[in-house]
Amino acid sequence: MSAIAADPPRRRAVGSLRRNRRWALVTSYVFLVLFAIFFLTPPYYQLVTATKSSAEISSQTTDPWLPSPSPTLENIDALWNKTDFPIYLRNTALVTLCVVVITMAIAVPAAFSLGRMKFWGSGILATGVFLTYLVPDSLLFLPLFKVVGNLGLLNSYWALVLVYPTLTVPFCTWIMIGYFQSVPKELDEAALIDGANHLQMLFKIFIPVALPGLIAATIFAFTVCWAAFVYPMAFIYSSDQQVLTAGTITTLVKGDVYQWGMIMTAALIAAAPPLVIYAFLMDYYIAGLTAGATKG
Amino acid sequence: MARVTLNKVVKKFDQTEAVRGIDLDIADREFVVLVGPSGCGKSTTLRMIAGLEETTAGEIMIGGEIVNDLPPKDRDIAMVFQNYALYPHMTVFENMSFGLRLKKFPKAEIRQRVERAARILDIIELLDRRPRQLSGGQRQRVAMGRAIVRNPKVFLFDEPLSNLDAKLRVQMRTEIKKVHQQVRTTTVYVTHDQVEAMTLADRVVVMNSGRIEQVGTPHELYHSPKTRFVAGFIGSPAMNFLSCRLIDAAGALAVQLGEGLTLPVPAERSAAYRPYAGRALVLGLRPEHITESRSYGTGAEFVLPVDVVEPMGMETMVYVSVDGTEVCARVSPEAALAPGERMRFMADMRHMHLIDPDKERVIEAPDAARVNGAAAVTAA
Repeated sequence: MSAIAADPPRRRAVGSLRRNRRWALVTSYVFLVLFAIFFLTPPYYQLVTATKSSAEISSQTTDPWLPSPSPTLENIDALWNKTDFPIYLRNTALVTLCVVVITMAIAVPAAFSLGRMKFWGSGILATGVFLTYLVPDSLLFLPLFKVVGNLGLLNSYWALVLVYPTLTVPFCTWIMIGYFQSVPKELDEAALIDGANHLQMLFKIFIPVALPGLIAATIFAFTVCWAAFVYPMAFIYSSDQQVLTAGTITTLVKGDVYQWGMIMTAALIAAAPPLVIYAFLMDYYIAGLTAGATKG
Repeated sequence: MARVTLNKVVKKFDQTEAVRGIDLDIADREFVVLVGPSGCGKSTTLRMIAGLEETTAGEIMIGGEIVNDLPPKDRDIAMVFQNYALYPHMTVFENMSFGLRLKKFPKAEIRQRVERAARILDIIELLDRRPRQLSGGQRQRVAMGRAIVRNPKVFLFDEPLSNLDAKLRVQMRTEIKKVHQQVRTTTVYVTHDQVEAMTLADRVVVMNSGRIEQVGTPHELYHSPKTRFVAGFIGSPAMNFLSCRLIDAAGALAVQLGEGLTLPVPAERSAAYRPYAGRALVLGLRPEHITESRSYGTGAEFVLPVDVVEPMGMETMVYVSVDGTEVCARVSPEAALAPGERMRFMADMRHMHLIDPDKERVIEAPDAARVNGAAAVTAA
């Protein structure tokens, strides 16, 4: 009897739990949709504009937010065949590849030694590495101009290969220090007893175990190089050495004439590689940023 | 031949002395357990033998060679860690063979050694799995396998069972003992669990605040502890300690507890205890030596009200208060009375210990358990 009497309130409790959950879900979806609209608006506008002819873009009668009734590829054709855009793309890819390799070659051993080996001043050094990252490139480009000039690298993309690591190495070192530190101490002790030296420990144990962190750092270095604007703008002025970001602006904006169709097309193409890389490595990236939390 | 010798070994961390000059000689093939409360220096000692901590002073010898300045890999040791420390990105086979691969052993020999160890540990079907696909007990087996394949001079175990649940711990304990019986390698094992120490060890080393309190076989430590610390640390439930006075009543010695409770000292111990007559001492008596009154028993009887009753199944713990000190008695389940009732107990004084409270040392006396042989032990 008592069980039957107790039934209704229990059912109400379950019901209210479900209602709570439903409300939480509805609220989450509302906000997610709002965010998605907010962040997808610029790419949408880019795409719409990139597929319109110059006449359509400058027309006062059509709505700029609506897709063209007769989409065209004339912008991409012009961009590819009549500008130096392919050179910029190639230069960017080359610079990015070099910088990512240099960054990893410096940051991985640096992070390993700062994170795992106790030596005099290691703590201060680690903090110092991070502090250098806090100086913005908009300040650094002035003294670096002098440095690059003295090295005879002005107007050469090799200047960028030299300078970008000042941005990427400190940050990548920093996030990898955290990641290496999250690896249990017993793992290197076990490796020591198994007979590994520090180099073997790094390559056979730490890099594989900290791979998500390594990939996160690589993605970061890639993004920074791909999207950097101040340094190429400051150090490079001829087309054959220029990279995507500064090149697009300098080529497609002449005085007060903006070639919107091509600018949008260039921006879309430039955004594609990071997008693809993020899409494929997203899981690793997230795992890397939440270092330790996901490690089995 | 892998004898391990520690000679006046000291370890200081900045100003704190974790290990204060210990001497220890571990025979070839012996299984020695270092046991003590946390912070007693047992793990530090093990890590110094492994070479994971530098020795501040003193000498460590493995197989007759001083290893103080040798890195861990050159000491020919293998270690099993509390949290297993398996390489998460490698399969069980790769984990176990890592050390051999680094030493460039031929592939066929690596496979043979790994499979032999895997058979001993019954993990042959797990060789292709990764650590995260294994249960805690399986991981610990793999960690042991990694140690076995190296065929080292010395096995070091650092609290290897602490992360396992109670049932598995007992199983793995037996497993470790079985492995040692098969592989017969000198073993140093660290634990804070005295049951583990007693069940596994050939000899137990009890440590406390950086010093060795006593080294002995489990039997010796249990029946003839040398210090109050060892007496209290070994045995569960712990030995009862009661403030008492040793009195000389008409030629026969007796311990006088509070509330007019007086227990006679066995005659064979009189000679050893007589110099302490009249002094305030501490009486140590294990719970199993305070039982319900038995017609066939030979102990001293007394009656006290029961405070708390803890049934354990095959026996029942009964707590009573003697002069404000809680005393645990181990009685048969049928004999236990309810709390508040007055119960007749019997103390088997042949197993008593007297402790000098100034030195915290047990006063040496002939051990009744040995004097009277097995008959006395049945009182437990």
